[in-house]
Amino acid sequence: MGDMKIRPEDAPVVGREVTETEVLENLSSAGGERDLRITDSTLRDGSHAMSHQFTEEQVRGVVAALDRAGVQVIEVSHGDGLGGSSFNYGFSLVDEFDLIAAAVDEATQANIAILMLPGLATVKHLKRAHAVGASVARIATHCTEADVSIQHFGEARALGMETVGFLMLSHSTTPDVLARNARIMVDAGAQCVYVVDSAGALVLSDAQERIQAVIDEIGGDGAQVGFHGHQNLSMGIANSVLAYQAGAKQIDGALCALGAGAGNSPTEVLAATFERMGIRTGVDLGEVLSAAEEVVRPFIPRLPWMDRSSITQGYAGVYSSFLLHAERAAERYGVPAHEILQKVGEHGYVGGQEDMIIDIALQLAQEQELGDLAAVGVR
Amino acid sequence: MTAQTSKASAAIIGPGNIGTDLMFKLIRRSDIIEPRYMVGVDPTSDGLARAKRLGLETTADGVDWLLAQDELPDIVFEATSAKAHEANAARYAEAGILAVDLTPAAVGPYLCPPVNLSFNLDAPNVNLITCGGQATVPMVHAVSSVVPVPYAEIVASVSSRSAGPGTRANIDEFTETTASAVEAVGGAQRGKAIIILNPVEPPLMMRNTVFCAIPPEAGEPGELQDRLLESIHAMERAVQEYVPGYHLRAEPQFEPAREAWRGQARVFVPIEVKGRGDYLPDYAGNLDIITAAAARVGDLMVAHRLGVETTWKSSAELGDLADPMTGDRQEAGV
Repeated sequence: MGDMKIRPEDAPVVGREVTETEVLENLSSAGGERDLRITDSTLRDGSHAMSHQFTEEQVRGVVAALDRAGVQVIEVSHGDGLGGSSFNYGFSLVDEFDLIAAAVDEATQANIAILMLPGLATVKHLKRAHAVGASVARIATHCTEADVSIQHFGEARALGMETVGFLMLSHSTTPDVLARNARIMVDAGAQCVYVVDSAGALVLSDAQERIQAVIDEIGGDGAQVGFHGHQNLSMGIANSVLAYQAGAKQIDGALCALGAGAGNSPTEVLAATFERMGIRTGVDLGEVLSAAEEVVRPFIPRLPWMDRSSITQGYAGVYSSFLLHAERAAERYGVPAHEILQKVGEHGYVGGQEDMIIDIALQLAQEQELGDLAAVGVR
Repeated sequence: MTAQTSKASAAIIGPGNIGTDLMFKLIRRSDIIEPRYMVGVDPTSDGLARAKRLGLETTADGVDWLLAQDELPDIVFEATSAKAHEANAARYAEAGILAVDLTPAAVGPYLCPPVNLSFNLDAPNVNLITCGGQATVPMVHAVSSVVPVPYAEIVASVSSRSAGPGTRANIDEFTETTASAVEAVGGAQRGKAIIILNPVEPPLMMRNTVFCAIPPEAGEPGELQDRLLESIHAMERAVQEYVPGYHLRAEPQFEPAREAWRGQARVFVPIEVKGRGDYLPDYAGNLDIITAAAARVGDLMVAHRLGVETTWKSSAELGDLADPMTGDRQEAGV
């Protein structure tokens, strides 16, 4: 390693003595001084990559490790949010309310968040999640349909929960429309609104312009703005940094990128990158690296990766959780998964329309069959 | 005009898209129901103005006005909100007016014309479930009438443009009401419903997917599966009698039993509903199917009460229709 001598400039700068109050404030468990808050979604978005087969033991292990690392908000739900366990999205191995309760039990400082999509989950699901100890309600709609969430924000606030709005597939509309929808959520009771890049389709300035437009619209009301990235075009971390620079205060990640499509912005890379930039997240880098490497990585059946299908999702603007469903339909009907995903993008299907994947696979299979017949001269 | 002499007068409460489309359907398709009143609460409503042009008596003073009329309607169609119908239902009943409820209030029994109308012909108040329910409950019933269905799940995708403020403000009502009708009328032991709004332009047709858990032997090719297919196709034709744009998008797909499905097999039934375009555009199949069901139910219930044959005109009978906006009625098939 060459010269290992310690030079004077490498010595830590020792300034004035830190007071006890400052130490306490800066302890992750006390909230501390932070420039932004990282929300970890391993146990929600990661549910897609796990085909919704999380065990209680895995959930407890991940929550304990994230809690130790100082992550303040940990999201636990079926990948499609509360009530997602279904034929259309895949059945959960363990009831999500049992997993939420286990997470609440395991956390000492972290708050447990849930995700819900109106149209799939109802206020009843929300109340049940609250009853087992979830304290942050993240309520998601397609980015142009925020008005379906009004009743749910009202209920979440009435329950005393912290509220976060999630505008999914944010790439598919303009910054203006996105800002208008963020306004609807804030007026309904959202304390923060996320620009959610569900397809991993936002490329740098696309993300920043959207964050900026939403901040311009709701920042004046004291509402925060967040960013949820995917790695389909490898932009998760870069977009998160740009989002922070535009004024976002909440950033999502997942350990080992465990999430839909090519995965989410890895929480451990977010922590390292922000620390390197001198931006305080309150997350202990060593602990979060060990959470990723020693707790999560060993149980992941297949690491999320940028391959032909997931890159197609980013390129064509396809909801990331369609990936494994497209792969299954591809296998069953003998058509390529990336072609299915390309068609999904062309049709403009939105989050939740997993059933359309079978429809497209059937059409492609039929076209293929007609093509084969034509090739042998049948008309 | 037809020689039909016995007629029932109708009031439509709610001059929005649904109420207006329903008005056109009643005018065109039933000779025993005469839409007489259109009742709203907003004097500037386009729907009220349109109804007036078509010769209906209109008011912006709500149901109070209607119930103060010397000649009360025989039948009301409620196309307002669940809350409004909950408040109005007892008043209609007291006045002896048959109520067909298009809101999710469910004061009366859930009704799906090809499944359970015959059992409910004498009910004073019937409920049309939801648009998703009208599109999917028949298929759940088609499956459950052949094999036991421990669980059925439906996914309704509608274009954003066709989802009105009522649906949006209370989307939980949609999922809960539909799920409960999948059980009560569809015949599944447990039901689940999901609704998706899609804003893509040009707007998508209404799509519905029905998933039913079925016994393992029904998941494999054979006699039982053939009977299921036959039942599903028969139901498609039954719904087409009053919703011509209702069709299977592809053949039902059977999947063999899986452990993750508690040892059950699965059938997947993809449905598309193209609107009839009576008033609303083609993509609004979700609105078309509920107004068509309401008009059909009203026609059959009125015929039952009057002791006459239904005069319902199917699309095949109507053939190529004149533009309804002209109010030009076709007499074909009567």
